[in-house]
Amino acid sequence: MDFLAPRSAQEQMVRHVEEGCPYRADDVMAPEQAVSTGTTIMAVEFDGGVVMGADSRTSTGQYVANRASRKISKVHDKIFVCRCGSAADTQALTGFVVNYLGQHAVELGKQPTVNTAANLFKMIAYNNKDNLLAGLIVAGYDDKRGGQVYSIPLGGSRIRVPWACDGSGSGYIKGFIDSHYRPGMSKAECLEFVQKALCFAMSRDGSSGGVVRTLVITKDKVEESMIEGNKLPFGP
Amino acid sequence: MVQVEEPQDYVDVLQSHRGGFSFENCKRNAYLAAQAGIKPPTAMKSGTTICGIVVKDAVILAADTRATNGPMVADKNCEKLHYIAKNIYCAGAGTAADLQHTTEMMESQIELLRMATGTQPRVCTVVKRLSSMLFKYQGYIGCALVLGGFDVTGPHLYQIYPHGSTDKLPFTTMGSGSLAAMAIMEAEYNENMSIEEGKKLVAKAIRSGIFNDLGSGGNVDVCVITKDAGGNILRNYEKPNERKFRAQHKAFPKGTTPVIKETIMKLVSVETDVVMRD
Repeated sequence: MDFLAPRSAQEQMVRHVEEGCPYRADDVMAPEQAVSTGTTIMAVEFDGGVVMGADSRTSTGQYVANRASRKISKVHDKIFVCRCGSAADTQALTGFVVNYLGQHAVELGKQPTVNTAANLFKMIAYNNKDNLLAGLIVAGYDDKRGGQVYSIPLGGSRIRVPWACDGSGSGYIKGFIDSHYRPGMSKAECLEFVQKALCFAMSRDGSSGGVVRTLVITKDKVEESMIEGNKLPFGP
Repeated sequence: MVQVEEPQDYVDVLQSHRGGFSFENCKRNAYLAAQAGIKPPTAMKSGTTICGIVVKDAVILAADTRATNGPMVADKNCEKLHYIAKNIYCAGAGTAADLQHTTEMMESQIELLRMATGTQPRVCTVVKRLSSMLFKYQGYIGCALVLGGFDVTGPHLYQIYPHGSTDKLPFTTMGSGSLAAMAIMEAEYNENMSIEEGKKLVAKAIRSGIFNDLGSGGNVDVCVITKDAGGNILRNYEKPNERKFRAQHKAFPKGTTPVIKETIMKLVSVETDVVMRD
């Protein structure tokens, strides 16, 4: 199974199988190889909203299972989540939160807050941390706190941050983000910044690639855009 | 090293009473394999090529027909296209038993749902039910599926992995021959194809799997799902591996074996004066 960051060969063994266990490839008792999003995802707050971004590569071991996947999933009208780690785990987790948050919104009679959504993600991620491989970035806009970004890394903690970046490609660009990010960017500035950072990560990280998908969430609307793989601002 | 867990305190006892799934036996199997060298049994798996495409007004699925058991071909003409509903079919790769059981269970669930609601079943319903189930079993049900259907919202094609992740795509391939088939798909797929062109493309992709992947072989099965006619399986749409030479057995001429002696025995004696009772 593929993990977020490339590690030693031994650690890349299938989950649930103990170290040194002589399983063969055709063994039915071993679980099937998992699909994982060796990824670059990020979300950045700006003046009046948030920008979310992700690459589009989903891999099974060395094979690209989907070259145009969507790793930014809708949770509610103005709340979205960037997913990285095991595709099955993060999809299931998102499904649960969509369900719970939908019910909550009906009871509340108004738009739920990003804080609530992030807390739901954290609760499920933390309570099942032994069985999940899910890194999440929850971001969105609500009238209470404006644009917000919450990072929920592997262990199931929840931190509010001005920007978050996760996945196997994140290591290549954190320095770039540190040096170029500043609070109070404009929408266009922030979008360009996210797209550029993702291009850098995709050119250096083998598990990230395809197209750049971005989402801009502001008070009034949600805008989705995509840059094709051959029209990236920074090539390999 | 693996240890078989024994309850240490009341917390462990409480944990053991919480219910839900237990993967204890998976740990035990790993322990037995490591310590006693006992290998768990193997099941029949279909090293497979399956694929599916969405064309202008249809969804087309296709599969090869080889089932393997280790290095042996277990079935040369098995059927890998499964019926879910009139308008929904699915092609399966992975463990044969799991695939058959899963698709049959889904077929019955969807038929019951159709009767209860009185509406045409939708592809997204099947996808959600399958992915929830596969996720629950954490990859231990070896089902890799290409699911296609035509419902009230249009044509849909999904791929579902054994761990329960799903992707919605215009064209897809799965199984051990998926790389060979994807090469054909990537080169020739186009969303404005006609049904006839689509059938030719999926058959070509499967043929590429049959010839270039050891786990795939046999014939090509195709399934076309349209809005009006629903699904239609074209069994053995192409037969690229037909047997060319048949072993010829001539009958032995009379007298090949000399007759040494001849005895005729009466095995049944028939009595003629039987009186019928009324």
